[in-house]
Amino acid sequence: MSVTGERLQPTIFERGRPGRGGGKIPHPPKDALDRLPVGARRVTPAALPEMNELDVVRHYVNLSQLNYAVDTGFYPLGSCTMKFNPKLNEWAARLPGFANLHPMAPDEVAQGTLQLLWELERALAEISGMRAVTLQPAAGAQGELTGILMIREHHRATGQGHRDEVLVPDSSHGTNPATASMAGYRTITIPSAPDGGVDLDAFRAALGPKTAAVMITNPSTLGLFEARIGELLEAVHAAGALAYMDGANLNAILGRFKPGEAGFDVMHFNVHKTFSTPHGGGGPGAGPVGVGETLGPYLPSPRVLREDDGSFRLERPGERSTSIGRLRSFVGNTGVLVRAYAYIRAHGGSGLCEVSDDAVLAANYLKQRLADAYDIPFDRPCKHEFVASAATIKKRTGVRTLDIAKRLIDFGYHPPTIYFPLIVEEGMLIEPTETESVETLDAFADALIAIAGEADTSPEVVLGAPHTAPVRRLDEATAARQPNLRWRPMTGAETPCPD
Amino acid sequence: MLEALGLTSVDQLFEDIPVALRASRLDLPEPEPELELAARLTGLAARNRTGLASFLGAGVYRHWSPPAVDQLLLRGEWYTAYTPYQPEISQGTLQSIYEYESLLAELVDLDVVSASHYDGAAATAEAALMTCRATRRERVLISRGVHPHYRATTQTYFKGGLELDEIPLVADGDAAGTTDLAALERMLADPVRPVAGVIAAQPDFLGLLDPMPEIGRLAHAAGALFVAVVEPVSLAVLAPPGAYGADIAAGEGQPLGIAPQYGGPYLGILASTDALVRQIPGRLVGMTTDLDGKRAFVMTMRAREQDIRRDKAASNICTNQALLALAASIYLTTIGPHGLRDVAALGASRAAELEGVLAAAGAARMHPGPYLNEFVVRVPDARTVHRRLIEAGVLAGLVLADAEPDDPSLADGLLVCATEVTTSAEIVQFAAALSAVLGHHDVPVIAEAVR
Repeated sequence: MSVTGERLQPTIFERGRPGRGGGKIPHPPKDALDRLPVGARRVTPAALPEMNELDVVRHYVNLSQLNYAVDTGFYPLGSCTMKFNPKLNEWAARLPGFANLHPMAPDEVAQGTLQLLWELERALAEISGMRAVTLQPAAGAQGELTGILMIREHHRATGQGHRDEVLVPDSSHGTNPATASMAGYRTITIPSAPDGGVDLDAFRAALGPKTAAVMITNPSTLGLFEARIGELLEAVHAAGALAYMDGANLNAILGRFKPGEAGFDVMHFNVHKTFSTPHGGGGPGAGPVGVGETLGPYLPSPRVLREDDGSFRLERPGERSTSIGRLRSFVGNTGVLVRAYAYIRAHGGSGLCEVSDDAVLAANYLKQRLADAYDIPFDRPCKHEFVASAATIKKRTGVRTLDIAKRLIDFGYHPPTIYFPLIVEEGMLIEPTETESVETLDAFADALIAIAGEADTSPEVVLGAPHTAPVRRLDEATAARQPNLRWRPMTGAETPCPD
Repeated sequence: MLEALGLTSVDQLFEDIPVALRASRLDLPEPEPELELAARLTGLAARNRTGLASFLGAGVYRHWSPPAVDQLLLRGEWYTAYTPYQPEISQGTLQSIYEYESLLAELVDLDVVSASHYDGAAATAEAALMTCRATRRERVLISRGVHPHYRATTQTYFKGGLELDEIPLVADGDAAGTTDLAALERMLADPVRPVAGVIAAQPDFLGLLDPMPEIGRLAHAAGALFVAVVEPVSLAVLAPPGAYGADIAAGEGQPLGIAPQYGGPYLGILASTDALVRQIPGRLVGMTTDLDGKRAFVMTMRAREQDIRRDKAASNICTNQALLALAASIYLTTIGPHGLRDVAALGASRAAELEGVLAAAGAARMHPGPYLNEFVVRVPDARTVHRRLIEAGVLAGLVLADAEPDDPSLADGLLVCATEVTTSAEIVQFAAALSAVLGHHDVPVIAEAVR
């Protein structure tokens, strides 16, 4: 039986029939558009499908059932923190007072939301040990860009504009080097040491008068706390560079490690990871950024300010001339931030500490359960996630991590992140999160162990997986070579619609 | 679990954090039970005054979103999934993105649509970066008719070493408030600083219709690419970017069924011609087949993306706005092509009504050119008038002195809009309150204008 629905759906373009739909909007007066200059008008109408609401609803309900999701099952996608999304938070974001508030409404009209944002900034500052927080960035990657541009501005303002290199470990997220490039820097990649941490000697050798910043994910993408973090930070600052912390893995260290206290100059939060805002099939998220003293002046504008009389307001354009400016329109993904605020309030300080304790305990438990069947490249306590590897299985049976991942689908699970970080051969990055029960962890471990057994006894079953999903493995090569990126009636004739 | 690990305390799992670097106590309030938290949130939401008769647009518009949109979005299979890395169990998300790409391709009349960007501002900035990559030039011209937040965002994205210059607006005459073509031509003629891209908006920030075909022709004649910043509902009635030669379209998808929610999450629309497909940032989903030849959908052309290409990627974007792209798709299919046209036309009709009534109340338009559903009126001491109108229950659009502080010609301007949800009663309320604030009491004239 499939872990998702099995009925593939025709596209909306195949479902549409001329003349269907309507009844939503009153008809406008006939002369409504007469004042539009002829040259500015649309000549050929957009060929959007015409559908009754029933057909629309069935289409999207049936399509949704082809998805695996946290609400349908265990989703141990490493580096993504697929924890449960509390339903209260969805309710809260839809309260009319939040949902209907226009982002350019004057401050006096927006006091409720401004207060919430101000309090959320304070909470994130406390959690990270940073001095100040901006909520503007729309996602983690945009938070990274914010942080690196602030560093750039700081160096420019202090006569160090010649610093043009950013150091990133080879285990880093791809967003780190991509961000450095966007901000006009050259990326220098630092190898990892055998224990999974940053190679301190290589790191020191790369640091120099041209280094602007170092981007470190801690715990690393291997799920390991960077034990030499004190030495690393000291070396960064001794070289006159600044330290950026990628906060993607904050779920492991709430209440245990505050990056600002430890000496990081700037970090981003992924609220869709740590603070449980839903991942939405790829987004939205939000990527608030916290800064220490050095970078405070450069924070994006507008900031949320609290006046002496207790009211709140947004900074006016041009009010703080040192700001790097805007990263996007308006104040941020506020609807996402409402959910994060609700999550933090529901848990409180003690609850957030338990989040990390339980996330780390679950990961270590699962790691131990898998230690006999899989390679565990780093034999020490992990944080909220860990890397297992099928390197030995592959050597013995030819079955790869990709095959094991696909076979997990037949067992009813979403596969972990695979082949990331890039430095572990046949790696799978497994992140169970704190919201899963021990029964779920045991059942998942049993499945992975059973698949390791199948690799020996019936490798063809694993190599051909998945067998129960609505589709088998896809022809990705043709998709990239002859891209079909939009519907055209011809496509339907060539590739018949299912059902 | 502790026992299975041979541990007595979870603290033992954190011993790798150097003692000197361990966190101080997490000083946050106690956990709050759901009932109390719900009351707190309700109270905060109630402090926002969302009951005003609103004429505020400026890039974010109130529209009727059929309840089907939000009810379908609330399915956990949609909003609690992530990026479709495992296509076999993500066909719902993948097909929905393909359908989104196709719907938007129809609307903008371009072939390639990215799976989504953060918002209109970030999409515009990414479009500007695309023009630089594609032409290997380092200077972009952006019209002052583009939303000030989009201009500011593009400026920030260019801090890595690219140059952004603003094209002024025509000061007076019939074309007042639209992109100054003569100035554009001069700026394009600089032989030392060749231009990668020209960016203009339709309708522009002041609600006016810009000479897009002419801007495109000038850009192309100088070897630059042309980026059109568009509002998607307007494309039901206004010529789409593909029809006037734009190479890239960027825009804010919020009007397609997405609530204002004080700034986001929204939907960054980014589309291009086929020729630019390898330069476009963000995910792309394509149609393909599985091993059995069954039709299926998959993320494709991934070599542009950061997780594969790292420092050579087209952008650092990872998490996008997928759920909002889904909202836009559901909105478009529910409302349909005729419905979308009615939304645009009814908004235009309401705006014309608003124009007449405000003029009668003493606030005439500032620019003579045509508009769709948003325009600027001249009001002396606009900031004070705006504040006093809030007391009268009216959110009288946007004070341009605040939004465009360095353009003195807009100092007396209020940017106001109407959409299909604007009622005649609201329009009369606005005009009557304005009349009272301005010291006129010509209510019969207003009533006449409404008729």
